[in-house]
Amino acid sequence: MPDGPIIEVRNLKKVYRYGSVDVPALRGVSLDVAAGEFMAVLGPSGSGKSTLFHIVGGLLAPSSGTVRVAGQDLGAVSDAQRTEMRKRTVGFVFQRFNLLSTLNAEENIRIAQHIGGTQGDEEHFEHVTRILGIRHRLRHKPHALSGGEQQRVAIARAIINQPSILLADEPTGNLDSENSLAVLDTLKTLNDSLGQTVLMITHNPDAARYCASSTVRMKDGRIDGRDEQAT
Amino acid sequence: MIQRLVLRNLSHRPVRTGLTVLAVAVEVAMIVMMVGVSEGLLLESLRRTRGVGADILIRPQISGATLSGADISGKLPDLLRERFDSITHAMGATVFTPGDLQTITGVDWDELDAMSGGIVIFDGRPYASAYEAVVDEVYARQEELEVGDSIELMSRDFTIVGIVETGKMSRVFIPLATMGDLQGWQDRYSQVYLKLDDPAKARDLIGELRAMMPNRSVMSVEELLALTATSVRQMSSQFVDIIISIAVAIGFIVVMLAMYTAILERTREIGILKAVGASKRFIGAIILRETLAVSVAGIALGYGLSLLGRGLVAAKYPLVPVILLPEWLAWAAVLTIAGSIAGAAYPAWKAASADPCEALTYE
Repeated sequence: MPDGPIIEVRNLKKVYRYGSVDVPALRGVSLDVAAGEFMAVLGPSGSGKSTLFHIVGGLLAPSSGTVRVAGQDLGAVSDAQRTEMRKRTVGFVFQRFNLLSTLNAEENIRIAQHIGGTQGDEEHFEHVTRILGIRHRLRHKPHALSGGEQQRVAIARAIINQPSILLADEPTGNLDSENSLAVLDTLKTLNDSLGQTVLMITHNPDAARYCASSTVRMKDGRIDGRDEQAT
Repeated sequence: MIQRLVLRNLSHRPVRTGLTVLAVAVEVAMIVMMVGVSEGLLLESLRRTRGVGADILIRPQISGATLSGADISGKLPDLLRERFDSITHAMGATVFTPGDLQTITGVDWDELDAMSGGIVIFDGRPYASAYEAVVDEVYARQEELEVGDSIELMSRDFTIVGIVETGKMSRVFIPLATMGDLQGWQDRYSQVYLKLDDPAKARDLIGELRAMMPNRSVMSVEELLALTATSVRQMSSQFVDIIISIAVAIGFIVVMLAMYTAILERTREIGILKAVGASKRFIGAIILRETLAVSVAGIALGYGLSLLGRGLVAAKYPLVPVILLPEWLAWAAVLTIAGSIAGAAYPAWKAASADPCEALTYE
């Protein structure tokens, strides 16, 4: 792992083109996330936080600026290299869980292992499923799981390949308060006990305050402020 | 893991998967049955020609595999027998081909029986008077005929007096003289069959006969069979090719539609797989494996349908033999898989090229 921030964003711009109209989503974002940090990106809808999430996760190419993730300059890598990065360097947790509906919980986790090339690491699989408290639900398909359980399976899938960074996009957005708290606790535990770097996108200040060690506020495609907090 | 994902995806939409498998099966069955009928009819015809037991055949100079007419002198068989010691049997026959392409043969039964080495009679006896007919057991089954029944041939009523084994010259036999009377072919033949004491002498004798009768077609029976097979296959190949092309096109379109709707439905899942690092090749491979699984199941079912089809045709149309040729079973599989993969190529490419962000937000 290189020295310095694990995520380094400099003057990042992203412009979407709809027909002949250019719509700027990011207007020069600069940001550092240190290894082992739990950062929340807070902002209202349309602030550009999801675009930032997609670019940092290698799902979207930037229009200009520099994004370095775990030492890799995402602006300089090919589509195939970004795909490679998503296998092992970043793990995603989405608001809508995004589990494959045809597979059960165990298979949803194992398909990520298969793609990441870590299949066969049974010890880690057991460890992850145990700390997420989903071992008794592994044979169930997503439709048979509660929202909280689905999100815990999604978190297990995200961290099964031991990524350097866990990216969470509104992870509690579809959950009731009780399950929201459980998921936030899980993310916090991963950060505290395993040193997992977490970048969480949220519009909920309470969620950011509850588990993040630092919070970046976004507005209109720009960084609007940054808070450090003791958690 | 991929296999499990492929099977789960296919079983998730059982009706769509089932219909696709059925369409592929119909494609396979169409190819196998089409070729099977074509080859079956040809080989059955060749078997009957070979069943006469002759070594040499003399015919008018005509093209085509069938003939209907008689312009060979009735004296020719005796003349040849007298002139060439190597000829043990010489027999003339007249052939009439009505509209249904099922030939009626006028022949002296005793001569045919002797030349062919004996014809097994399952029921009844050979014809003994003018308007009696003998049919083979396949024709009897098709027309539901029994000994004693009446049958109309060339606008005249004949009585079935015998049902014989199949594979000897024709399916419907009548007395030579009766055919001559009905068609005005008295003392003339459509073709003359020669049987030799040694088949090895056929080549030399054919040379002499050709010199003697330059306006006749003289050839060995084996030569005729090869010629007939070639010309019939040439004639039927275009039709068979068209049917095969239609079958492959149907398979191509059905697979393409099925896989296209499948990837549209699974756009979000494709986005999820891409988010966890699935490469374009991985996504494309899933689609192609699903296609391959559907194709293999369709081919297996298609073989089953072909066997069923052969049984049904044999029961309902005994005159139409169907031969399931192993090489065409293999070819049907190859064509089906090639057509299916071609059909899945665009959906696979579309899925592999999907933008992960757009796919993840697809509703």
